[in-house]
Amino acid sequence: MRNLKYLVLGVIFGLALTKGEAISWFRMQEMFHFQGFHMYGIFMTAVPTAALGIFLLKNFGIKARNGQAINIPKKPYHHGIIIGGLLFGIGWALTGACPGPLYAQIGAGYTVTLVTFASAVLGTWTYARLQPHLPS
Amino acid sequence: MEFLYKPWPWYVAGPVIGLTVPVLLWLGNKRLGISSTLRQLCAAAYPANIPLLNYDWKKDSWNLFFVAGIFIGGILGGNLFGNPEPTDLSPHTVEDLRQWGLTDFAGLLPLELFNWTSLASWHGILLMVVGGFLVGFGTRYARGCTSGHGIFGLASLQWTSLVAIISFFIGGIICSYTMLPLILAP
Repeated sequence: MRNLKYLVLGVIFGLALTKGEAISWFRMQEMFHFQGFHMYGIFMTAVPTAALGIFLLKNFGIKARNGQAINIPKKPYHHGIIIGGLLFGIGWALTGACPGPLYAQIGAGYTVTLVTFASAVLGTWTYARLQPHLPS
Repeated sequence: MEFLYKPWPWYVAGPVIGLTVPVLLWLGNKRLGISSTLRQLCAAAYPANIPLLNYDWKKDSWNLFFVAGIFIGGILGGNLFGNPEPTDLSPHTVEDLRQWGLTDFAGLLPLELFNWTSLASWHGILLMVVGGFLVGFGTRYARGCTSGHGIFGLASLQWTSLVAIISFFIGGIICSYTMLPLILAP
């Protein structure tokens, strides 16, 4: 069960998303209306914490546990970053969820978000199908 | 034991979310990015000769374990130890939401909107079916979501991720200011 550690880490991540109300539709409206600091506080502590972690791993030449050098590929730019980003943003405000919270909302007992989730899977499939015809 | 039910302040939740990035790198050279799992599920379920869906999705099966964990985290944090109090929102937000006809601010989603019967209404279809579709379509088109671009990408100082997160927010702001008031107008 070499994947069990990822399950455990996922539980901690999901707990932080849920207890931090980062899966809350209410909090997303508050964030998009710039009326509260809560969600911005989460981003403004999560990103520097992650950046510091990456810096320390790199600075001390720490390898992954499997012996590989830690690899962070560049994310190349294409126009889909903006077009897709805008479309996702609209979906984010409608559902109150990004992909991570989709899983947590179902777990939190909002069974109807299974529909949101299934629709997101269908959306990904549709993008994949249409990809050759869409501007990149 | 009351503290188990309390929501976490941002300065607790944020660092825990952020720590996931270096821990994943250290555990197995894995990069945080959750929208990829939607692609994996498509590839596993119905790849249909689509180039983007014909890849070795099993190689990334760690990520399916990770999101299974998020689901369990949701059960623990939202169900077993869910906060029974209404969300501690800004009074301005509460006022805006009341104008949209909402009265119940308990839990993580407004049950007045997100329930099975509301799927038979236009606003339910727009919020859940269309909203979910845009989340799946948009994140794949943008090659990442709030975790892959917003947390991991920004933390690894990638300018494309900054463009992505700004686009996410512009989409969200447009929707929350202009579309939601129309959809939810009483």
